[in-house]
Amino acid sequence: MVAAIELEGITKRFPGVVANDNVNLVVEPGEIHAICGENGAGKSTLMKILYGMQRPDEGTMKVNGQLVDFSSPTDAIDEGIGMVHQHFMLADNLTVLENVILGGEPRRDDKSLRSLWFPAIAFAVAAIAILLVASGWGLIFLLACLAIAALWWFRIRIDFENAEDRLARVASEYGLNIDLDQVVETLEVGERQRVEIIKVLYRGAEILILDEPTAVLVPQEVEALFDNMRELKANGATILFIDHKLDEVLEIADSITVLRHGKTVASIPNDGVTAHELAELMVGSELPTPETAESTVTDTVALDIRNLSVGGNAGSGSAAGADDTEGRRSLDDVSLTIHKGEILGIAGVEGNGQGDLVDAIMGTEDTSSGSIIFEGQDITKWSVRKRREAGIGYVPEDRHREGLLLSSPLWENAALGHQTQAPYGSRWFIDRDGTRAQTEIIKESFDVRTPNIDVAAHALSGGNQQKLIIGRELTADPSLLIAAHPTRGIDVGAQAAVWDQMRQARANGLATLLISADLDELIGLSDTIVVMLRGRIVATLSPDDVTPRDLGAYMTGAAVQEAGAR
Amino acid sequence: MRRLGFSLAAPVGAFVLTIIISTVALWIFGSDPLEAYGDMLGHARKLETVVDILNRATPFYLSAVAAAIGFRMNLFNIGVEGQYLIAFLIAAQVGGLISLPSALHILVIMLVAMIVGSLWAGIAGILKTTRGVNEVVSTIMLNAIAVAGLIAWLQREWQAELGEQFSSSDLGTNPIEESGLLPTINWLPEIFTREIGQGKELTGMLLVAILVGVAYHVLLNRTRFGFDLRASGLNPFAARAGGVPPKRMVVAAMMLSGAVAGLIGMVELADRGKFPPDPIQGLGFAGIAVALLGRNHPGGMVFSALLFAFLDVSSGVLDTTGAASREIATIMQGIVLLTAVVAYGVANRVREREEARSTAEALVTAGDDELAGASA
Repeated sequence: MVAAIELEGITKRFPGVVANDNVNLVVEPGEIHAICGENGAGKSTLMKILYGMQRPDEGTMKVNGQLVDFSSPTDAIDEGIGMVHQHFMLADNLTVLENVILGGEPRRDDKSLRSLWFPAIAFAVAAIAILLVASGWGLIFLLACLAIAALWWFRIRIDFENAEDRLARVASEYGLNIDLDQVVETLEVGERQRVEIIKVLYRGAEILILDEPTAVLVPQEVEALFDNMRELKANGATILFIDHKLDEVLEIADSITVLRHGKTVASIPNDGVTAHELAELMVGSELPTPETAESTVTDTVALDIRNLSVGGNAGSGSAAGADDTEGRRSLDDVSLTIHKGEILGIAGVEGNGQGDLVDAIMGTEDTSSGSIIFEGQDITKWSVRKRREAGIGYVPEDRHREGLLLSSPLWENAALGHQTQAPYGSRWFIDRDGTRAQTEIIKESFDVRTPNIDVAAHALSGGNQQKLIIGRELTADPSLLIAAHPTRGIDVGAQAAVWDQMRQARANGLATLLISADLDELIGLSDTIVVMLRGRIVATLSPDDVTPRDLGAYMTGAAVQEAGAR
Repeated sequence: MRRLGFSLAAPVGAFVLTIIISTVALWIFGSDPLEAYGDMLGHARKLETVVDILNRATPFYLSAVAAAIGFRMNLFNIGVEGQYLIAFLIAAQVGGLISLPSALHILVIMLVAMIVGSLWAGIAGILKTTRGVNEVVSTIMLNAIAVAGLIAWLQREWQAELGEQFSSSDLGTNPIEESGLLPTINWLPEIFTREIGQGKELTGMLLVAILVGVAYHVLLNRTRFGFDLRASGLNPFAARAGGVPPKRMVVAAMMLSGAVAGLIGMVELADRGKFPPDPIQGLGFAGIAVALLGRNHPGGMVFSALLFAFLDVSSGVLDTTGAASREIATIMQGIVLLTAVVAYGVANRVREREEARSTAEALVTAGDDELAGASA
């Protein structure tokens, strides 16, 4: 059988760096092939080469046995290769259908358009008439008319019916269910990803490249994605995907290729290989586990949340509750306590109130009732800044959105959120020297890999960006840390470093609220785990005697804890 | 050093491209490009022309700083135009009514101008934070209200008493006493050069503009407010999570922008001693262009203000020499803006790539530690 993809001796050099060093890869048709490796191992470069975004310096590529040479993604698409990027490229205010056909809209047959000429001409005549009557404003009016006519013309020329038929066929053929008329804005992350996949299939792709598809998904969505992938495979598609999470790789992949430092270190079928062995191949060392040592929980309460609610009756008409059903509270009567030296883990399917809880504690969202007591003070009405200054650290869920100024240098990013306090600044001024010195300290002690602290944040890899954020929050010596998905989308090495730092801080008496979709991480790190469902706390569990499977049951509502079972 | 190279490459490239395009344009229209440029440059070499250029560049620069304060926060303050005109009018009226010792008089007039400018701009800020009105829309409307409404009305209300026989030059608000007029600073360049002739006077606002430029630089790069402002502009979500109060920042930035805008009219006020019936208009819009070309950078905007002023002033000589039409100056201003946008975009991309590369390099050389780090 001819291999779907065959890369031989691919080498790609960037000035001073060999991103891919003599990489060989064979992907059989109809298989799911995983590419593993730490950040910086060369996975992305390899995928970019395969998708025509980069050209290799050496080596050959064969697609279905044919020697190919891509100079742009268009060439790759023509060969039936499609790519789903980690960060979705969808227009939020268009529908699914419009998004999928965007850029490749099927045109109506021109014959059926002939009848449309009449109104267009009439329109123009009317406009010219007005132009003649009132010369000044007439011109502006005419231009407006032409603009409207042009827009209308393009809109009308798109053959939506045909597109919808084709799309529905593609979607059902591959078992990808989605409402084509829904606006993308209203979709969940998993559904958006499905739209991206459909988009690629619609363009005729038979070989799909998925770039870290599970990084943004919760367990249930991952399951759905895997079901989709199996369905795609059953229909003859070949899938190449990048993933950090080894258990996922082992679950879904048929074969696995491991890259390390730009070289292929192994290409093996997925039978009998363990996560442990894979990790050793990836990092050349043992897989770190997120386990805390003996308990450091003290009796001192750091954070006490009492009957906290967000949204609903008190009429906080903020945009945050846009996807809630009318009047429903996105956070409903939540009470919890975190002690000094305790890590409280929150489990829950994304969108069940965790985000609102974080926003309420940070002060970026108004609460409708209840109170937040931090170190004995009621901070419910405090500003974000006052809370920050009081010692609440924050590792946001989306580091690009809430954590960093991507185009600013690292030292400015280190000050963000702490610019009012030494060593970064004072009431009026920013202390540049102090900030830079502090950034160097963060860089050293949190192992942020960067040539210097003047590079822009976007130049760092995800793991290093996260280390910078964790570093700036922890060096500010907070009393409470809100950590939302602290290891999402970062490699094994960085993950271990982040876990280490969190454990260390916990031993020093830090109270931590940990939100994570990685259930192993939750169970490994937390002293107590609470499960949230529909804005409520539905279970309080001890990590010692709970399995990911149990957690999953509570998260989906399949299991219910008796009231007062704690 | 590299950074400097990157930031200089773009404007220089844009300028060279502009020269090429306008040379072609001049050539197509049958003028001799070299002769036209020669005339303009020759004219600009005269000391009196330099004074004219500086007098023109001063309001351009102030206007650019006003616009730039908004830009750095992603606020598009189109309203500089209305803000400076209404500030000009009210400051002139107040200045004409009071009588104070010189320094104090000048200070009061400027303060009034800044306060009026900031309040007028603040309306747009408050509308944005409370009602979500886009500042582009509201400032455009406030421009119309200020210029066509308030100023037209107040100008008539405040028209100075006219004598039996008046000339049109008497129109306008009550003239401000000598004590309220910012002195000219001809003495400053005259230290280095000869006496300035042709009755040309270098505006004292030049020094104020320099002060504003320095203050803008310090504010933006050294103060916490400036940090908050830039953070909000770069990433409002991260800024908010970092404790920056978004609404207060919008109002503060608008008001600050308006305060600087209020100073623009002071150049003309010092020169004419009142709000004239025909004030110079369009400075607010020119400032947007100057700020764009100067990349909102305090130093960059000095160069772009001087360039725009040079083109404006020295093109006048083309009318007398007939080497080309003076409109070539306007064309060049337009072209330099367009090419600058392109050049800055290209330079940005190159720099980003460069940074990504050098970081990747650092990662590879640190590769061995990485293995050690992972096992820790």
